[in-house]
Amino acid sequence: MTSVASSAPVATAAGPASGTISPPQGRRPRRLRLSRPALLTPAGIGLLPFAVWVLLFLAVPTLLALGTGFLDGDGSFTLTNVEALGDPFVLSGFGASFGISAVTALVGVIVGGLVCYALLGANPEGPLRSTVDAISGVLAQFGGVMLAFAFVATIGIQGFFKVWLETTFGIDIFADGVWLYEVPGLILPYIYFQVPLMVITFLPALEGLKPQWAEANATLGGTARVYWTRIALPVLAPSLLGSFLLLFANSFSSYATAAALTSQGAGIVPLQIRAALTSETVLGRENLAGALALGMIVVMAVVMTLYALLQRRAARWQR
Amino acid sequence: MSHVPPAHAPKAAARTVILVLVGLVFAVPILSMVEFTLRGGLAGGYTLDRWIAVFSGQLDASYRPIWTGLANSALLAVITVLLTLAILVPTLILVQLRFPFLRRAVEFLCLLPISVPAIVLVVGLAPVYSVVARIFGSGVWPLSFAYGITVLPFAYRAIQSNLDAFDAKTLSEAARSLGAGWITVFLRVLLPSLRRGVLAAAIIALAVVLGEYTIASLLNRVNLQTALVLISKNDPFTAVIFALLALIFVGILLFVLGRVGSGTAGSGRTPKPPRAARRPRSAVAAATTPTPSAPLVPGASS
Repeated sequence: MTSVASSAPVATAAGPASGTISPPQGRRPRRLRLSRPALLTPAGIGLLPFAVWVLLFLAVPTLLALGTGFLDGDGSFTLTNVEALGDPFVLSGFGASFGISAVTALVGVIVGGLVCYALLGANPEGPLRSTVDAISGVLAQFGGVMLAFAFVATIGIQGFFKVWLETTFGIDIFADGVWLYEVPGLILPYIYFQVPLMVITFLPALEGLKPQWAEANATLGGTARVYWTRIALPVLAPSLLGSFLLLFANSFSSYATAAALTSQGAGIVPLQIRAALTSETVLGRENLAGALALGMIVVMAVVMTLYALLQRRAARWQR
Repeated sequence: MSHVPPAHAPKAAARTVILVLVGLVFAVPILSMVEFTLRGGLAGGYTLDRWIAVFSGQLDASYRPIWTGLANSALLAVITVLLTLAILVPTLILVQLRFPFLRRAVEFLCLLPISVPAIVLVVGLAPVYSVVARIFGSGVWPLSFAYGITVLPFAYRAIQSNLDAFDAKTLSEAARSLGAGWITVFLRVLLPSLRRGVLAAAIIALAVVLGEYTIASLLNRVNLQTALVLISKNDPFTAVIFALLALIFVGILLFVLGRVGSGTAGSGRTPKPPRAARRPRSAVAAATTPTPSAPLVPGASS
């Protein structure tokens, strides 16, 4: 046990000073029993830096982002920016964002789910598990600019894989035009970070399946198919759906890869925000970025709330 | 510890096929990057020249943005780590010991940045930073305030799960009753017990800051990622070399994080059942949640 060694400093730190029983000892427990100590104490003031920081750099920017959507160029209240959310250009951006998020989340859930399934029998302390864990951790973080570079090197016009397909099989993936730098080009890079995220989020849920359930199923004469369709999948359903929503939110809010791949386009909402921020002339409206941000936040709030609810439901089986 | 695969586990052949297939597909883009950096230009063939140029310092002045970006990112990483830890650790300890009724609220605030995409945050950060620039100047370091917010969910998960894994209250009461002041309690009792969580939070903060692009590019600051994009317009090969180096560095960081997290995990996690403690609750946390382990086993010594 490490406890003895680790708690030694406690004894040594306090040892010399402790003599006989001191007054604080009598006071401490009573104060701790109070359920709501006043915040206006030295201890309460200790919470101030955190509060100020979160206020200034999270709450204020978020509210500013949402608020400017309701202001016109002169700073007076207007709904025209928010009405712009119904503009075909903006709607197509949200449509593309929804589409790409749904597709990559679905592929991520399926492929990542398969990887988790493949890891089921592996020793949780063994080298296979820790290798896959480590790689997933790195690749889930491997977003942004570097991911764009990777796919330009892979399926760019001179990309390794693209050229190989062409010379070996005579397949030209860009026969109908170069799609890598447009919205469809985001699908493969996004899948690249969705799958590892799925592995990380879903593996604990899958490991929550009790071996006894499979044994009970086998004892009662159930086949593996019956086990998966009647027992495991129903138990896993909330986790699976939750993971889908998480992956959806992950790709919906992702910006850097798309920005690095497409320097001009504004096919998805984050890129429309960039266009609005840098040129301020999208649809001839100022402050459109705020309205677009509002739209994104609404979507994220719905998705993440559903995710939290599903996680609570899923937790039932993981005790 | 012997490991018996559960009855519902796949057959070895199926497992191998799935893992090898997915592994191969995921290896292709990385290998393509390597191949790309080795290309011999118009003449064809392969050459190590670009790698040699990077490591022998032969890059000319047109590559200066990379060094600026690297220096800025390193500075941002250090300041972000210090700032986040300096604010978050005392806050979480205070909440744990004195204001347990605030726990839910603090958790909500700390996990909130997951639901606020960086691209949304940056819309509101632009006016905030025009004020910040007037106070602190237009240097790159104030970006750390915003970066700390994007790191918050990771750091919170790492530190809080560590805090849940030992009985901070009993320990600090014991130390106090033996005559220790609050400073001593913090520095010699709580901080040593929190070293895993603090280290994990620091590592993940480093990894996140080094990969950050959205905020820096839209606030017109130079960091590693914006410099890479800039350089790639002229010399994509060298940009990819630096991207690979960054990837390797972050890979090593996260590998260390894995070692930190899993150290002696499994045996001494007390207040929460292991499953619940390990289950990632959020997107970002999931990406990095190290298995929390208990450096102290409360009850064992009393």
